[in-house]
Amino acid sequence: MALAKAKSDATEARLAGLSLPEGGASWAREARQDALNRLTGMGLPQRRDEYWRFTSPAEFLAPETPRAEIALDAPGFDDTEVLRVVFTDGVFDAEASDDLAQENLEIERYADAVTKDIHWIKGLLGVLETAGQNRVDRPFATFNTAFAEDGIVLRATGKVSKPVHLDYRRSDDRAEAVLRHMVRVEDGAELTLLESGVGAARLNTGMEVDIADRGTFHHVRMQGRDHERRAATHVFARLGEESVFKSFTLSLNGMMTRNEVIITLKGDDAVAHVAGAALGDGRDFHHDDTVFITHDAVNCESRQVFKKVLRNGATGVFQGKILVEPDAQKTDGYQISQSLLLDEDANFLAKPELEIYADDVQCSHGSTSGAIDETALFYLKSRGIPEDKAQDLLVLAFVAEALAEIEDEGLAETLRGQLAGWLERRR
Amino acid sequence: MLKISGLKVKLEEEDKQILKGVDLEVGAGQVHAIMGPNGSGKSTLSYVLSGRDGYEVTEGSAELEGVDLLDMEPEERAAAGLFLAFQYPVEIPGVGNMTFLRTAYNAQRKARGEDEASAAEFLKLVREKAKDLKIDAEMLKRPVNVGFSGGEKKRNEILQMAVLEPKMCILDETDSGLDVDAMKLVSDGVNALRDAGRSFLVITHYQRLLDHITPDVVHIMANGRIVKTGGPELALEVEKNGYADLMDEVQ
Ligand SMILES: Nc1ncnc2c1ncn2[C@@H]1O[C@H](COP(=O)(O)OP(=O)(O)O)[C@@H](O)[C@H]1O
Ligand SMILES: [Mg+2]
Repeated sequence: MALAKAKSDATEARLAGLSLPEGGASWAREARQDALNRLTGMGLPQRRDEYWRFTSPAEFLAPETPRAEIALDAPGFDDTEVLRVVFTDGVFDAEASDDLAQENLEIERYADAVTKDIHWIKGLLGVLETAGQNRVDRPFATFNTAFAEDGIVLRATGKVSKPVHLDYRRSDDRAEAVLRHMVRVEDGAELTLLESGVGAARLNTGMEVDIADRGTFHHVRMQGRDHERRAATHVFARLGEESVFKSFTLSLNGMMTRNEVIITLKGDDAVAHVAGAALGDGRDFHHDDTVFITHDAVNCESRQVFKKVLRNGATGVFQGKILVEPDAQKTDGYQISQSLLLDEDANFLAKPELEIYADDVQCSHGSTSGAIDETALFYLKSRGIPEDKAQDLLVLAFVAEALAEIEDEGLAETLRGQLAGWLERRR
Repeated sequence: MLKISGLKVKLEEEDKQILKGVDLEVGAGQVHAIMGPNGSGKSTLSYVLSGRDGYEVTEGSAELEGVDLLDMEPEERAAAGLFLAFQYPVEIPGVGNMTFLRTAYNAQRKARGEDEASAAEFLKLVREKAKDLKIDAEMLKRPVNVGFSGGEKKRNEILQMAVLEPKMCILDETDSGLDVDAMKLVSDGVNALRDAGRSFLVITHYQRLLDHITPDVVHIMANGRIVKTGGPELALEVEKNGYADLMDEVQ
């Protein structure tokens, strides 16, 4: 089917002047070419596309990279012992990074991995991304497969003791970054991946995560501080039997953020939890969490817990879907998205969806939007707690359910500190 | 300690007069009781004194140790030494009881220009007071009042009072929903705090709490006014004859 004229024009305009990365092994060149073909076939999104009804893709479509003020030092995970991998303006920064060596972990630059004739990512690159285009198009993910030149490739073969920390930095106020990360967690292995930092004026990250049977993958991300960030991110995950995937994202500030998480529970008894807290202040803040979880095996559990605190015209969006395939009996699916609107100018738009083809299934979803509980506020104040402090306590309480999804208490504490700091600065 | 003069209060949103001229003076170290039928305005009085939104004072004044209360924010009134034990303590999911207590304690100290307590010091203080009220460590860890039984909520109010050591304590129907044992714990808690520099205003519907906490003065409130004032014997009279007789007599 031919694309509508507006769509093909917009796609052409965005792709003009871009060319696929040069070099690479033949399989990598093929994967990129295939992605480009698919991308021109589906076209980049337009506002009238159902999946972009609440979020304008304009910021991602502009052919020229917008300028974005370089923010203060990005918040890192300073209290955690990590293997640090730094990307500056979207390029691996060996100087600033730790040695890429760690027990039970194969770690390598994506830019290097794609040059090798034989590499395990050959069977994964673009595969989860392509499969993740079920029911809806995700063109910016396909864009990522086509154009990403750098990123990290991780293969955990056992319990990896230190988390790998992807630390995004920026030196150029017009940096455009397209990063691709490939992750494989082998049978029984465990890996924690952290992400933080400002990344780029416009950032597109894509990650494919393949978790083998009994593997565990934890992902904690802080999208922090820079007010003018534009980021489109995709995490695609495929889960084997009894495997565990947990992802949490804290987003403070940012102009336009669209975080998509697409998970398929492929093996029986697998568990996937996706959670996030986003705090936004001001008309320029737009944050979109779009989640799609497919249950395709028996007795799997999925949870989505998203909280947004919005004020001064900030907008929050949640689109969350649970798809239960016919054979996915004994599915336990839970989804909650809530917003706390600190004033009447803030907006929260939510679209929770269930699509269920199995009969022995427990799925619940809910979405709420509300203001600060005045009775609770008065109770706190009547005990001598000043208004702003009382409000902060209630905000922290509101996001607590999402933060509780982070298993590592140390990491949770780091994020709580970031939240408290954000609230403090808003006084 | 507390001096209320000609206090008239209406609802902010509606044209409904609730307090129609209340005069009341509680001296330092005294315990006053306010009794009265449901809907007479007892809780409204306690809310207006502590600064809750939704009410409009149309006439009169309320002073704590000579300082005008009605101009202050609720947190300033608390720091000045006013405390209200709520008739319906509020549940706050996600805020730990201990965090809540420490935040309140330190905020009040800060407002008064005193040093804040360290986490360790504070923990010791709370544990001691909690023990007397049979509040266990588990209850301190849980979110404020969430999942607490009626009696636990009321004991938690008294714990806050014991920790914050206010000068003027208002107890709004702290006895309702308490069994005999809990009533004893709560009254012991209150009695332990009685001292020459601290006053109490005990609002209750029934006389039984006053068996444990002996008041110096008893007021009967009806239809937004204090209609009768007397000694402890007034409470017994109400208990025996009910409010109806008393109302007839007043009219
Ligand atoms: N916020 C409010 N909105 C509507 N009516 C109220 C409000 N607060 C109090 N009232 C009314 O004022 C009267 C007194 O209530 P209250 O002070 O709770 O009495 P008491 O505590 O003596 O039972 C009642 O008729 C009650 O319905
Ligand atoms: Mg009442």
